[in-house]
Amino acid sequence: MEVRMDGISVSRSGRELVRDLSLEVGSGQVVGLIGPNGSGKTTALRCVYRALKPTVGTVWLGGEDLATLPLRRSARSVAALTQEDGTDLDFTVEEIVALGRTPHLRGNQALSARERELCRGAMARLGVLHLAGRSVLTLSGGERRRVLAARMLVQEPQVLVLDEPTNHLDMRHQLDLLSLLRESGLTVLVTLHDLNLASAVCDRLGVLSRGELVASGTPAEVLTPRLIRDVFGVTASVVPHPLTGDPQLLYSLSSSADEKEPCP
Amino acid sequence: MVRSFPHPPHQGLRRPPPPAEPARPAGEGEPHRRMSPAATVAVAAGLVIALAVSVVAAIGIGSALIPPAETARYLWAALTGGTITADEVTTYQIIWQVRAPRVLLAAIVGAGLSVVGVAVQAMVRNALADPFVLGVSSGASVGAVTVSVFGVFTAFGVYAMSVGAFAGALLASVLVFAAAQGRTGLTPLRLVLTGVAVSFALQAVMSVIIYLAPDGEATGMVLYWTMGSFGAATWGSLPVVAAAVLLGTVVLRRHGRALDVMALGDEVSTSLGVDGARIRTRLFVLTSLLTGAMVAVSGAIGFVGLVMPHLVRLVVGAGHTRVLTIAPPVGAIFMVWVDLLSRTLVAPRELPVGVITALVGVPVFVILIRRKGYLFGGR
Repeated sequence: MEVRMDGISVSRSGRELVRDLSLEVGSGQVVGLIGPNGSGKTTALRCVYRALKPTVGTVWLGGEDLATLPLRRSARSVAALTQEDGTDLDFTVEEIVALGRTPHLRGNQALSARERELCRGAMARLGVLHLAGRSVLTLSGGERRRVLAARMLVQEPQVLVLDEPTNHLDMRHQLDLLSLLRESGLTVLVTLHDLNLASAVCDRLGVLSRGELVASGTPAEVLTPRLIRDVFGVTASVVPHPLTGDPQLLYSLSSSADEKEPCP
Repeated sequence: MVRSFPHPPHQGLRRPPPPAEPARPAGEGEPHRRMSPAATVAVAAGLVIALAVSVVAAIGIGSALIPPAETARYLWAALTGGTITADEVTTYQIIWQVRAPRVLLAAIVGAGLSVVGVAVQAMVRNALADPFVLGVSSGASVGAVTVSVFGVFTAFGVYAMSVGAFAGALLASVLVFAAAQGRTGLTPLRLVLTGVAVSFALQAVMSVIIYLAPDGEATGMVLYWTMGSFGAATWGSLPVVAAAVLLGTVVLRRHGRALDVMALGDEVSTSLGVDGARIRTRLFVLTSLLTGAMVAVSGAIGFVGLVMPHLVRLVVGAGHTRVLTIAPPVGAIFMVWVDLLSRTLVAPRELPVGVITALVGVPVFVILIRRKGYLFGGR
């Protein structure tokens, strides 16, 4: 199922957080949004999982205008892993994961045997099955993140929207989660701060700067020293990964571009 | 778009993962607080029996002490139209006309306050919220006092007080929410602070209205409306509040999973297909209605709605369907005994119910604020 943002703008109290953004995520593609802090990545994602309604423009979900779909229906197709996700209540890990079935269930309807198995499978896949009976309040940031990723899988969506999914995760779990995105075969829209991971996992990248899409294409097309300097204000060397050939960025500590202007 | 890199392009992310963490059976070494539905029903049934025993015991206790068996006999006679002897009439009157409605009202209001507390805490994502803290109870008091002093809403007859209290509760909810609404939505901290402030303001308004009242009962009235009492209970005052609490409990319990999801925040609710904002509006009208119905017959009783939810969650976990099954009988039992204390501790005088609930509730409130890991308005 493909997702298409069609000329969306988001204004909040007079400021345009996203301006005229058009981006397509083809069915089964992994598309990454990159850009500096405050460039509108999260805002763009929020329009896709409907926490926000674009002021102008349309988000299309498999040919249907997202705004016309009932929330329950779009939640069966689109699952999100957001930055802000937590509660003061001490739900168990198992309970939190089971809430992923909400859009598929009526009211307080109990989970079927298949659905309980689905939950166990998702917890096992994310390596949190041993935490099933634990209170979510006692988890570390990384564990919590993986629990929420399990909840997202349990939703059985066709589209995944992830806002900085690798936050709080150690290296191994970062790679695990991103491999899972690739192997899932689902349509994935993800924001990543780590450009090297973005390059490795994404089919295409969109680069946002001050709310506008300034570049899009394959990682090789997008991740050039020039763009990194223009958008992030950082001087970087781009080298192919010795095993995969994916473009990888190398920085040195004093690589802030401002001090070194003009750059060759 | 076709990638220009040799395939498979993502080798780097497909290396076999290092040995997985040792697989332990689910929840090993962890207290399993999740009750099965059957266990929850069994516990609820046990609690209902405990409630019945408490009610009969509480009806028997007072300035005239009547043994439980005796009490049960009188109640049975009253319910089945049995006969009693002439010299038993006084005792019968005390039991049936004075104490029975009072104890039942305490049970109903205890159940209702607990249920409302559970729902409100989930809806506003704040462990410190309840109608009393948020000023909703004070709003209801102002409404009820306005009715009793100025005689408005007379068109509603005997329900005028309830209608006034409901209107006041709803108005206070809207006021608190409008004032706490920021550019980025509601923050838990701002909501509680606004609620406490509005609650003080409304109590002041209520005091002024009462002092403007012609009769000289001002002190008693202020105490009644700010601290609560079941002293005014009659059989006639029960049906409205009983119906409201029953209906409210059923409806809120049906929203069990929705409340679970809403407790995770609006962002998450939306992504799980639950329209948090819409349900919150709907449930706020419902909880205001419930609060109004309760305040109209018992005044504003604090801290029950705050403490009972936490107590119940400690035992059954956070799932709202379970909590809303167990909380009503627990709250009812608690309130029956609180009312008993209020009328026996300094007999023949009575302590306001709110004095005793505050003695229990304030320490809990402080513990909650100090609790490690509780992010007071941290989001």
